[in-house]
Amino acid sequence: MILLGILGTLFVQFAILSLVAIGGANAVIPEMHRLCVDTYHWMTDRQFTDMFAVTQATPGPGVMMVAVIGWRAAGLAGAIVAMIGMVLPSSLLTYNVVRLWDRFRDRPWRPRIQNGLAPVTAGLVAASGLLLARGADTDIVTVMITIAATIVAFKSKLNPLWMFAGGGLLGALIYS
Amino acid sequence: MDIAEIDDATTAERRRLGLVDPSLTDLFMGFLSVAITAFGGVMPIARRMLIERRRWISSDEFNELLAFCQFLPGPNIGNMSIAIGGRFHGPLGALVACLGLMAAPCAIVIVLTTLYEHFSDVQIIRHVFIGVAATACGIIFATAAKMAQSALKRRMGHGLLFIVVTIITIGILRWELVLTLVALLPLSVLAFGKQPWLFKPAPKADPQRTGAGGGMP
Repeated sequence: MILLGILGTLFVQFAILSLVAIGGANAVIPEMHRLCVDTYHWMTDRQFTDMFAVTQATPGPGVMMVAVIGWRAAGLAGAIVAMIGMVLPSSLLTYNVVRLWDRFRDRPWRPRIQNGLAPVTAGLVAASGLLLARGADTDIVTVMITIAATIVAFKSKLNPLWMFAGGGLLGALIYS
Repeated sequence: MDIAEIDDATTAERRRLGLVDPSLTDLFMGFLSVAITAFGGVMPIARRMLIERRRWISSDEFNELLAFCQFLPGPNIGNMSIAIGGRFHGPLGALVACLGLMAAPCAIVIVLTTLYEHFSDVQIIRHVFIGVAATACGIIFATAAKMAQSALKRRMGHGLLFIVVTIITIGILRWELVLTLVALLPLSVLAFGKQPWLFKPAPKADPQRTGAGGGMP
């Protein structure tokens, strides 16, 4: 019964997020944080930040944090249900709208909508960065690592894997 | 319905460009290969797989699809797998492509979460994580900066205003996301539409596109 309750909650919460995650899963990190750290206590702030780092440093789409949250909340069933919740509504929408979108390619409102959404999307991802930094950047060293990673990732096309290796090595060397 | 008509034009065009129609297995394996080789950002890898290695779509089609998938809510690359899978094999194709993309990374991430739960107390791992987490923040900030850059290019004042408002409301004041977006998105679109003389249209469509679109009434 309780498990069903959790699964239902996971599905509904992520289904809602699925439909507002404009700009992808990284745009709704603050809302995921609110859900699983503040509201349901599925993990601590530190665990959230660490697990997000794990999902970023492993291969695959950015949406994998959803599987981690589901796993922490209700095991394998939780991971699967949370992922379905996050992917199904937006996929149904995509599947049905793609043809329509193609037909309206020359309508003037199409680029207008795209251009209107762009800054909000960028702002959402920046807000996600701020939230994660609150958990991860606890002293001057971590702030410096974040700043360095921001610059390198913005300026170069270096594979992020190398940046993670560098960041992890720095952490191990400086704090040990 | 003139969709069939467009499809005919598209088929001829695809033949001319030497593009390949994937089977269901191809869809699964293609997106699986993207999923397990993409660190940090999936889109560049997906682009290479779709356009260069497997030649399912042209580069123009990819850009169109990318804009579309970024415009719609949900995981962008997930939306792309749905659109491409659906285009070649209907609902089943969409499902297969999406599963190919999501299943393996899910399994990997769950194994790592379990490992993390067991070893997060080990001193050296703690320290590595402090560095890796700080790096992850930087990579997110860089993504945001790139998105902001392209948003500002379209219209500076409008872009700046809505980027800052979004960061303050969602990132700092931490307003409820859904309600805030319901208010913010229409405002941003309306504000952008207000001064059409400032609006520069996107670079003109390529001939292939115009040709296909010309068939429409």
